[in-house]
Amino acid sequence: MTENTEVTTQGPERRVRVVLVDDHRMFRTGVQAEIGRTEETGVEVVGEAADVDQAVTVITATRPEVVLLDVHLPGGGGVEVLRRCAPMMSAADNPVRFLALSVSDAAEDVIGVIRGGARGYVTKTITGADLVDSVFRVQEGDAVFSPRLAGFVLDAFASTDAPPVDEDLDRLTQREREVLRLIARGYAYKEIAKQLFISVKTVESHVSAVLRKLQLSNRHELTRWATARRLV
Amino acid sequence: MPTATSRAAGAPVTDPEEPPARKLYRSAEGRMLGGVARGLAGHLGLPVVWVRLVFLGLFLADGLGAVLYAVFWIVVPLGVGGVGGVDGSRSLFETAPDGSRRLRKPDKGQVFALVALIVGALIFLANVNMGSGADRYIWPILLIGAGSVLVWRQADNARRAQWMEVGRRRGMLHLARGLAGVALVGLGLAAFLVVRGSAAQLGNVLTAAIAVLTGIALLAGPYLVRMTQDLSEERLMRIRAQERAEVAAHVHDSVLHTLTLIQRNAEDAGEVRRLARAQERELRNWLYDPGGTGKDADDEPTTLADAVKRAAAEVEDKHGVPLEVVVVGDCPLDEKITAQLQAAREAMVNAAKYGGEGGAVQVFAEVEGRTVFVSVRDRGPGFDLDSVPEDRMGVRESIVGRMRRNGGTARLRSVPGGGTEVELEMERAGE
Repeated sequence: MTENTEVTTQGPERRVRVVLVDDHRMFRTGVQAEIGRTEETGVEVVGEAADVDQAVTVITATRPEVVLLDVHLPGGGGVEVLRRCAPMMSAADNPVRFLALSVSDAAEDVIGVIRGGARGYVTKTITGADLVDSVFRVQEGDAVFSPRLAGFVLDAFASTDAPPVDEDLDRLTQREREVLRLIARGYAYKEIAKQLFISVKTVESHVSAVLRKLQLSNRHELTRWATARRLV
Repeated sequence: MPTATSRAAGAPVTDPEEPPARKLYRSAEGRMLGGVARGLAGHLGLPVVWVRLVFLGLFLADGLGAVLYAVFWIVVPLGVGGVGGVDGSRSLFETAPDGSRRLRKPDKGQVFALVALIVGALIFLANVNMGSGADRYIWPILLIGAGSVLVWRQADNARRAQWMEVGRRRGMLHLARGLAGVALVGLGLAAFLVVRGSAAQLGNVLTAAIAVLTGIALLAGPYLVRMTQDLSEERLMRIRAQERAEVAAHVHDSVLHTLTLIQRNAEDAGEVRRLARAQERELRNWLYDPGGTGKDADDEPTTLADAVKRAAAEVEDKHGVPLEVVVVGDCPLDEKITAQLQAAREAMVNAAKYGGEGGAVQVFAEVEGRTVFVSVRDRGPGFDLDSVPEDRMGVRESIVGRMRRNGGTARLRSVPGGGTEVELEMERAGE
């Protein structure tokens, strides 16, 4: 709530077009009411979808900057939407970015959508102000981690002690680990920056680096990790 | 609640399968051959030895026992029933140490049974061999019999493996056994043919047999395929229906119950929040925890992760403030960790009491090497540690003091207006 003022001051100069994908109509309405007041928040909800097919159609038609994506959807789930929208994610101009928004914080859901290409993961207990903040952060190309997700990632990297193939890509650096740990402890990016005497931008780039490693280079380790826990 | 009632209505249909109804099963445990004798003994309430002796006696009467046994084997399904507990007949063949009882006993029994079978068959042969030329039929029959016994046992084992998930690694052995059984039967049949006709006709007979078999397969094949497909589909539907019924039952037991409570307490916002949080946690546990029942709250946690989650859940229930728990890694509890947990719990209670206004309390626990780190963070008003009066023991004794006494460290960081964070660090006790 303290961040609300900050958002409103920044509101007018930045705008973001958002599509809501959730099979629960009441939830969509709620999110729309919470973040959709465009003059105050700068968020403009340009479309809604309730299942996978609808989502792909709406996203293709409206080309939003950010999609708020539920993990559990009729027709294959959020992962399926990500799979079918993959070309739009990597488009050079005006790429579509996905932020997973789910009630579930089960590890397989979280890891699944992140590996599918979502730029962040927040749970539905998030406040409206924080959600707006996350949307803008994702729009700018940064990653948004909930404490829970940071915990999963730390766990994934910590529990593998086999020497990785590519040291640089496969391991989290000490700094990234530190940042993740603070996220897991419930710190906001701003607070992390203050704590570590670095800029918020640096925090964000660390987090983005983690996300990149999670998606690209650590498939093997993550698979092993998930298999060991019978998540796959 | 239509699903819940449909489950109730479905109950009488499955009545015959309920355990109290006593039904004849072949025993899967401690059997020697097909489990018929044990099953019968269990059903009739007699010692197994008696039943086996009767079968043996009947066997000597022109092999009647064998026929009877075979019929039972075919008709009676394999079950978990039979003679309950340990009995004398089993211990007869047991010389294995107590540790490996279950694995070894049936095998030893089976070896004995096999030896007994061979001896019996030899005696039988010696008896019957009087008739001249009859042995030309006896051998093929014996071969066929042995082959089918092998294959049937195989089927039984496959079935038992489904229940107990044993013998998965012994797939090759099973295959070999099946093949041996088929080979024996084939050999027996071939011997029949050769005995009846001459070896020269073998080719013709085989061709004819193959032709007939192919014809049957062509005619009946599609039906068989359709039938197995229907069967598996039906089974799938049944499993789905069962799952749905279970979900419905759980929802009925917990969620609807809670909703009723919430309706009744609609004015009391705190109570409603508490109920909803508790229910959410239970449901989440049930949905996402593999094998979790969501209700096993009775047994004491034995690992750090469980204990932290449990403590957070209790604080959450008591104070109605949401706690978000993140645990990285896990380790078994020891004395020092238990002390740390008590300190953490105290910190959680403080956070919920004084800092709960600012949103969820964040609890983070991490095991890294030998170090266990727990942080409890709230976004409340914060306080000045130095201004806490001397007589307030909560923070000083329960948290800082307890950690120091057990060889750990506690750090408090509190910014007025910026929340409070308690960091607890402890080395695990040596192994």
